[in-house]
Amino acid sequence: MANLQGTATVNQRSAKAAATPAGSMATIAPIAGWLVPGLGHFIQRHYIRGCLLMLAVFTMFFAGLGMQGKVYAFNTGDLLDMLGFVGDLGSGLLYFIARSMDWGGGNIHRAVADYGTKYIVVAGLLNVIAAVDAHHIAIGKKP
Amino acid sequence: MTFELSHYNAALLFALCASTVFGITQRNTPRDMFRYGAYCFVLFAGGVIVASWAMWLIKH
Repeated sequence: MANLQGTATVNQRSAKAAATPAGSMATIAPIAGWLVPGLGHFIQRHYIRGCLLMLAVFTMFFAGLGMQGKVYAFNTGDLLDMLGFVGDLGSGLLYFIARSMDWGGGNIHRAVADYGTKYIVVAGLLNVIAAVDAHHIAIGKKP
Repeated sequence: MTFELSHYNAALLFALCASTVFGITQRNTPRDMFRYGAYCFVLFAGGVIVASWAMWLIKH
């Protein structure tokens, strides 16, 4: 009985989400959040969450660059390099700006530069999580 | 511009940023977000300390 009620509640929520203009927001928010960290939350008026997410991702990305971490380019070589590229790509515009400005050349002579490389990859992965969260807010799965 | 951080400070900065994102994205209310973020931070920072002591013990 409780399960039926739960299913009905979920169906009502889905129907409500489909009926509201959140349909387009469900597409726009994650894309905006991917391109600019935190923007997916900003456009849904979650300003504090957006600010904190933006601060966290920007800090990680630029701290990684400051530690002379490497920004991966598209490659078909080593598997870890390909995964590094996918992770970096998660930062959205930050990645493209870094590539176009030729930042993130890496430095194999510094141990902490390897940390920087990981920082940049993780900044991208955290940004993807934030973009998915923006999508969940848009579809009403999360308040 | 280069950025000089010790290994431990780098791990703490990583923990702070990652736990902020985890807290916000994995919980629904601000109070739960803060608590989960703090929990993740403690686990990250505690994990670093435990791992470093484990490596010290292996070496000695």
